[in-house]
Amino acid sequence: MKCDLVVVGAGPAGSMTAKVAAEAGLDVVMLEKRQEIGDPVRCAEGVSKAALKKLVEPDPSWISADVKGARIRAPDGTEIVISEDRAGAEVGYVLERKVFDRALAQRAAEAGAKVMVKTRALCLLWEKGVPAGVSAAFVGENLKIEAPLVIGADGVESKVGRWAGIDTALKPKDIETCAQFLVQDDGIDDDYCEFYLGNEIAPGGYVWSFPKGHSLANVGIGVLGSKADSGTPIRLLRKFMKTNFPDGKVLEMMAGGVPVSGPIEATVADGVILVGDAARQSDPITGGGIINGMRAGVMAGEIAADLVPKGELDRKALSVYEKRWRETIGKSITRNFGVKEFFVDLTDDDLNSLIHSLDGVNVAELDLKGLLKVLVRQNPKLLLKLRHLIV
Amino acid sequence: MLSVNRYKCGYCGACVGVCPAAALELVETWIEVSSDDCTGCGRCTRICPLGALELVKEAEAET
Repeated sequence: MKCDLVVVGAGPAGSMTAKVAAEAGLDVVMLEKRQEIGDPVRCAEGVSKAALKKLVEPDPSWISADVKGARIRAPDGTEIVISEDRAGAEVGYVLERKVFDRALAQRAAEAGAKVMVKTRALCLLWEKGVPAGVSAAFVGENLKIEAPLVIGADGVESKVGRWAGIDTALKPKDIETCAQFLVQDDGIDDDYCEFYLGNEIAPGGYVWSFPKGHSLANVGIGVLGSKADSGTPIRLLRKFMKTNFPDGKVLEMMAGGVPVSGPIEATVADGVILVGDAARQSDPITGGGIINGMRAGVMAGEIAADLVPKGELDRKALSVYEKRWRETIGKSITRNFGVKEFFVDLTDDDLNSLIHSLDGVNVAELDLKGLLKVLVRQNPKLLLKLRHLIV
Repeated sequence: MLSVNRYKCGYCGACVGVCPAAALELVETWIEVSSDDCTGCGRCTRICPLGALELVKEAEAET
């Protein structure tokens, strides 16, 4: 099989790449190793409403909840509310990824991309020393897909980059190891996302509860890999459930790893571009990866559409992608990596005093950057090291 | 060598992402270990959110 572009992985980053490239006229093949796109979910499913709307028209079929704000709870129980009561405010959605991911793949298909499920990329094809497509297993049968450009949208477990010589292996300090339950509990607040901080609760990470509507929520935990041992996340999550949702019923169980490495050295090689979690583009503070992945996908799709017809696909030509994502989403990823490196070593006392410092401060209408700015202003001494990052 | 408890495994791929030797692969609902490539460093065992990975002695693994 021959095509212009092969996309490995049909998550949001891969589907956006495929859609944009196919719309521009490229002959695109998108591979998904699983038999079902979007399942199993490995995500807390929270996403910024304003950012998402710039990328795709929201559809009620994949929105579980439209949240009004967030609560952050300090280790000592002190809570701050970041809410938006004003009319027309944009806060966040909690998605139904199983439907969302497939809807994005559907859009790629509608744009003309060929989608192949249960098809796993096995290695790159090489021609005269440069990648020339992938060898794949299509429902167990070997299949060669020749293409001058390969997009690695293959997630946290990405192999495409490694095959092309990019070392994407994550150090333990650069990954959050996560577990999550879909919980039914009458005590769940359908309107607020909640974050729980503390070294006992979630070392180097946090516990979240993101509402999914009808008293359901994704209750999950991320623990920094360097502070975790075998099974730490699931053990701490069960402990959290016992304390906070003793009667909660678990309807689903999920696990996952979230890259928090900040920008890696290279995300392109000859004939290869990495997007999304494969490119380690998830946000190091929140762990959110959907928006960054989709934006990177759009960039990669546009660049592929421009360069494939010209046949300019060596590392140097593809560096236009490096430049474009690093100057856009890369800026906040870099900043938030610096903030994360500092935050993961704070003691519970530090975390308590940070939250206390927001007492009486109007934290409505603040995004993460705004919140960090206020924190630095209120805690100049404790957060001295962060001042240069937050300007 | 590395042993994967497939009854505990949540097939999330976190272990694959941290493996310095690229010895692991997530195939739909299971983890494949390339014993030729695995160096037994144990990084994946500490990262597994569900505690499904374990380094075991060769003799134990065969029983």
